[in-house]
Amino acid sequence: MISFEMPKPLVQTRTVVKTVAENMMRPVSREMDENEHEIPWAYIQFMHTAMKALGGSSMAADDPPKKKEQDPKKEKRPSINYQRLMVMVEMLSWGDAGIYLCTPGGMLGAAAVGAAGTPEQKKRFLSLFQGKEPVFDAMAMTEPEAGSDTSAIRATAVLDEKTNEWILNGEKIFVTAGHKALVDSKGFIVVWASLDLEAGRAGIRSFIIEADTPGCKVTKMEEKLGIRASDTVSIVMQDCRLPFDNILGSPTIEKSTKGYKGAMATFDATRPIVAASALGVARAALEFVHEKLAEENITIRYGLPRQKMTNLEREVIDMETQLRAAWLLTVKALWMADNKKSNALIASMSKVKAGKVATIITQKAVEIMGPVGYSQEYLLEKWFRDAKINDIFEGTGQINLLVVARNILGYRGSQLR
Amino acid sequence: MYSFTPTEEQQMLLDAVKRYADQDMRPAAREADEKSELPRDLIEKGWELGVLQASIPEDYDGFGEYSTLTGVLAAEAMAYGDLSTALAVMTPNLFALPIFFSGSEEQKKEYLPAVIAAEWKAYTAALIEPTFNFDPWELTTSAVLAGDSIVISGEKTYVPYAAEAEAMIIYANLDGETQGFIVPQGTEGLSVGERQKTLGLHAYPLYSVTLDKVKIPADNRLNGSEGHSLKSIMASSQVALAAMAVGVAQAAFEYAVDYAKEREVFGVKVAQKQSIAFMIAEMGTDIEATRLLAWEAAWMLDEGKDEADKHAYLAYNCAVDTVMMVTDQAVQILGGHGYIREHPVEMWMRNGRGFAAFTGLALV
Repeated sequence: MISFEMPKPLVQTRTVVKTVAENMMRPVSREMDENEHEIPWAYIQFMHTAMKALGGSSMAADDPPKKKEQDPKKEKRPSINYQRLMVMVEMLSWGDAGIYLCTPGGMLGAAAVGAAGTPEQKKRFLSLFQGKEPVFDAMAMTEPEAGSDTSAIRATAVLDEKTNEWILNGEKIFVTAGHKALVDSKGFIVVWASLDLEAGRAGIRSFIIEADTPGCKVTKMEEKLGIRASDTVSIVMQDCRLPFDNILGSPTIEKSTKGYKGAMATFDATRPIVAASALGVARAALEFVHEKLAEENITIRYGLPRQKMTNLEREVIDMETQLRAAWLLTVKALWMADNKKSNALIASMSKVKAGKVATIITQKAVEIMGPVGYSQEYLLEKWFRDAKINDIFEGTGQINLLVVARNILGYRGSQLR
Repeated sequence: MYSFTPTEEQQMLLDAVKRYADQDMRPAAREADEKSELPRDLIEKGWELGVLQASIPEDYDGFGEYSTLTGVLAAEAMAYGDLSTALAVMTPNLFALPIFFSGSEEQKKEYLPAVIAAEWKAYTAALIEPTFNFDPWELTTSAVLAGDSIVISGEKTYVPYAAEAEAMIIYANLDGETQGFIVPQGTEGLSVGERQKTLGLHAYPLYSVTLDKVKIPADNRLNGSEGHSLKSIMASSQVALAAMAVGVAQAAFEYAVDYAKEREVFGVKVAQKQSIAFMIAEMGTDIEATRLLAWEAAWMLDEGKDEADKHAYLAYNCAVDTVMMVTDQAVQILGGHGYIREHPVEMWMRNGRGFAAFTGLALV
């Protein structure tokens, strides 16, 4: 039976996280934006303690609080872990998208471990987040010459058969929270590298590099348009040796791209989560517009025929409609993930839509608000800058369109480049 | 808990409508459009699926329970087949549902069994007025109370099956409020004009109606002297039209995808060109998003949620744009062929543009 009722526990989650967003994020939003490489420790410590208390601490879907014994007579309820994550990420990004990216605990790295790791790997790496100090993770995929085209990845992983260790070499750029994962905490990064450059995509695997691993260094911190509270770094691996078990997925290269596809499956979960972040920023901007209009006693009249609407009403109602549309795609994508339904198509749809909608809404909002929108007295101009990243990272809007198109058309990458 | 899975009963209904759409509506649609005529047995077959009948309770000779969501699911599947046929099958809704939503008990008992009797009969409604500045909340057609009677005067347009309708609901402005009045065919002062010619919907018979001091008993006002709110009728119309716009868009989308995978250009399929593939991706994304908006609004209406009316409006607002964008892009993907009447996409594009003007023309 079709239902749009938010699960009750999530209504509660939303209320709790809203308090965090209002009290720990908004008040320091401007300050963190202006001091680019400072770390929001107060927020981090708070979240670390709070998340530990709640039991969950990562973006991996099967990282529930200690499992209670299932009563076999009771009907098993479908998981809502991804849906919960969506509620949190949306609200935290409503608070501040840059600070949200500094949330300790498992993020993209953990999601990769959750999607492709063995039970031992999950236990070993996901438990890192449960310690006394906050710990971060990161995903390192992009290279100077390889963005969304992962087949162009030049970082290599070679097995040293004598020591049974992987030796990694190469450079990664645009690693979100890489500094916090490797330098500011004892975390880890998930690095994509090739077992055999000749094998193309079939040879690509992801590896886990823990903090303090010799041969792996953070070499540069980027200065960005927005999400300035979050660090974005370059990483160089020079004969970086990893235990054999740090590979995610199969170590042998098959002719098929199964291993690669396994790694890509991570995105079916993470893309809607990025969409959720975009939705949070967009909602903040739209609420700001509504507040300012209310201050001027301007009401948006819903239900009018189009020819009677003012341009302002048309714009605001369109923004609201598009935001809701993107939100619904995201909810459905994550509901499918929770219910173990194949969601590659709608996951990318939600990312395409939310990335675009957030960009347009924040840009429109600044336009509509004129000098108020453009002023640094308010956060709207910052949200304009923050929102744009959602149309870029975790696959640009265009790459996601390509994924959507391939899924609709039933084409492989070679058929639709 | 969220869920995006229809119930078993809903799925059975959807499967039946889909079969009807594929096997009956599609093969008949082009000829009906060219001849401006719908075969009566085609309408009858759609009527026998019992979508309306199943949404009216047994008390009024129906056999089901009202659900906006079920209506929305069925409306999309109907419009996917052919919009003219879908609207024709659903024309009695325009009369029955306002009575069901807002009528008095006596009105329900009197009219509902007649409408949902065995065969399809034309019962209709007149809401739209012949001005670009038409607003359902501020009608120019007037209703004046005169003792035990009500006198209605004005001009209506886009009245489906007006020429053969047994009775119709005429919406008019009574003291600044839009109210519905049940007017039987043949009432003095009610005259049905020429059949109207429109950009699309050629097969669907629409008429202008002139009301020259039409006098009816005051009891014929929906819900009698207490009157009613237009809200539920508008919301029902908005979600129905949103769903039907999605159905038309889905039809055009699938047709364009099939074509693009078939047609070769520069040694590859058209669909293998990014410029086309990206259009397809955006069409698919917006259709799914609009569908979810319609479902959510329908669900909210069924659950009596706050802001359900607003969401119905947002869904409609979105659907009007989605169906235009998608049908236009479908014609574009077919290129010159899209412009030729041999393919259905030009018809879907003409039909698609109408959703902005179809206020009140479908109810679920």
